[in-house]
Amino acid sequence: MTTAVRRYPVLVALVIAALFMVVPFLIVAVNAVKSPAEYAQNGPLSLPEGMYLDGLKDFWERVDYGQKLFNSLLISGSVAALAVALSILNAYAIGIGRVRGRTWVLAFFVLANMLPQEALVYPVYYLSKEVGLYDTRLSVIIVFTVIQAAFGTYLLSSVLGQFPREIIEAARIDGAGKWQVLWRIVVPVSRPTLGVLSVFFFIWTWNEFLLPLVMLISNDNQTVSVALGVLQGQRLMDATMTNAAALLGVLPALVFFLAFQRTLTRGIAVGAVK
Amino acid sequence: MTVTVERGRGQGRGRGGRTVTKSRPGRPRPRDSYALFLLPGVLAFLAVIVVPFLMNTGVSFTEWQGVGTPEWSGLANYRELMDDADFWASFRHSLFMVVAMAAVPTAVGLVLAAALFDHIAKHHGSKVVAVLRACFYLPQVLPIAVAGIVWSWILAPENGSLNELLDAVGLGSWQQDWLGDPDLALWSVMGVMVWVQLGFPLVVFMAGLGRVDPQLYEAAELDGAGWWRRFWHITLPQIRPEIHVVLLWCTIAALKVFGAVYVLTKGGPGGATDVPSYFSFTTFFEKTQVGYGAAISTVLTVIILALALIGLGLQTRAEDAEEGLRT
Repeated sequence: MTTAVRRYPVLVALVIAALFMVVPFLIVAVNAVKSPAEYAQNGPLSLPEGMYLDGLKDFWERVDYGQKLFNSLLISGSVAALAVALSILNAYAIGIGRVRGRTWVLAFFVLANMLPQEALVYPVYYLSKEVGLYDTRLSVIIVFTVIQAAFGTYLLSSVLGQFPREIIEAARIDGAGKWQVLWRIVVPVSRPTLGVLSVFFFIWTWNEFLLPLVMLISNDNQTVSVALGVLQGQRLMDATMTNAAALLGVLPALVFFLAFQRTLTRGIAVGAVK
Repeated sequence: MTVTVERGRGQGRGRGGRTVTKSRPGRPRPRDSYALFLLPGVLAFLAVIVVPFLMNTGVSFTEWQGVGTPEWSGLANYRELMDDADFWASFRHSLFMVVAMAAVPTAVGLVLAAALFDHIAKHHGSKVVAVLRACFYLPQVLPIAVAGIVWSWILAPENGSLNELLDAVGLGSWQQDWLGDPDLALWSVMGVMVWVQLGFPLVVFMAGLGRVDPQLYEAAELDGAGWWRRFWHITLPQIRPEIHVVLLWCTIAALKVFGAVYVLTKGGPGGATDVPSYFSFTTFFEKTQVGYGAAISTVLTVIILALALIGLGLQTRAEDAEEGLRT
């Protein structure tokens, strides 16, 4: 019984399992380039006879997909930047400043992150109407900046807790103020972790559904997730349209995935190996 | 959702660091002036989380349609919840979601991670591992709305890919209305959620395995331990902290699940896939019974926070025990 014989069954089993994971993506891609007539005739499992891109174009124009992409980029990008900034301010005070009662402050941030959004959604909806922020992208940016920063504070605080203190002490002796130490030393040294955090914040915010669904009702403000989810919920789409929608929804996620794959894996490793 | 694993060990080390600085005489640090840096964060949290959360809890003791003045009704909403069969059904479905989103992905993810790490990496190289891991992780980066679109089309009763596939391989009699049949819909949603969730534990466990000393495996192999014994006696105990975090995190995600239900079934057919978050959403925005919706989300919050506290407590205790064993 050689290893060559025992080696391959496991590989084959895992490859089959992995195929099962990606088949839905492939089947969507295949059907997004079929014409309605072809789909009606051959069903979902046949290979496409040619590249029919009108379905994608029609869907793009119908939902003004460019605008949705722009909204998603704007919201997720702003949240990533702002939430990282807020996290590092908090974590600087907790991890390096070691403010009094920091354990409680930290616990408070952790709980805030675990809170179900359902317990915030109606008051947030109501309050944003009161202050005139309802149905603005700004409202969603503010809310998610705070929610993501809760997690960021939690993670960064423990990273900064291990920050080499000699560097800070040296800078302080050289006359650097707290603000300078933060900007000139802590931020540059922590840049890798901050990069990982902003990638996570960006993708998490991109994928959010409940709050954007409630807060962004007008077509011009909707994100990709909400626009697709609402269309699907109304069941207004035919099969070709559905596939066009699915493909256009999958593509940005795929791009992020390929672009950030190393960051994502490293991000998980950063925490786990530490 | 993805999360980095936090082991909380850093804090211990950090505390040690402080005693060192503090013990240096003649240099009292003005510690609390750092509190200014917390100001923006604390203010933002008050406005976006604390005040809305307290409002929600307050509203749960009132009758309110969202307009006009809320009318104090004490515990009436909670009493009504106790007798509401739909509410209990939604919580029962939550337990199914915990199985689909936490228990199954953790168990399967463990076996897959161990197989990839211990077997595939050794015999087929790290490139193969990276590609396979990427395939499993892919659904995790997808917005749940998109995953919902993909799956509701695949599971469609007519012309759905799954039914067509069954037909093509001669199992036409197995065709079902996967999402439309009240007896089946919950299981179909669970299947989709396993697909969505699997990549997260897998990637976390693989990262965790990265810090296990390879000599442990080599020694076990020399002693003649087979794959399963190594899995039980080395892999599982070594990445227990990761297992705790993943189980806790996924359970909370399962209790909060909303987008998938909204896109796949809208809680139907006939409430067969309703979950608390979707139930509270419809109560808020479709039935505009804001007080009742607030009571539902308050109960959900209490359960989640209790679970989180218990989970974090258990985790800290396990870690302390571990530290104690080591020293």
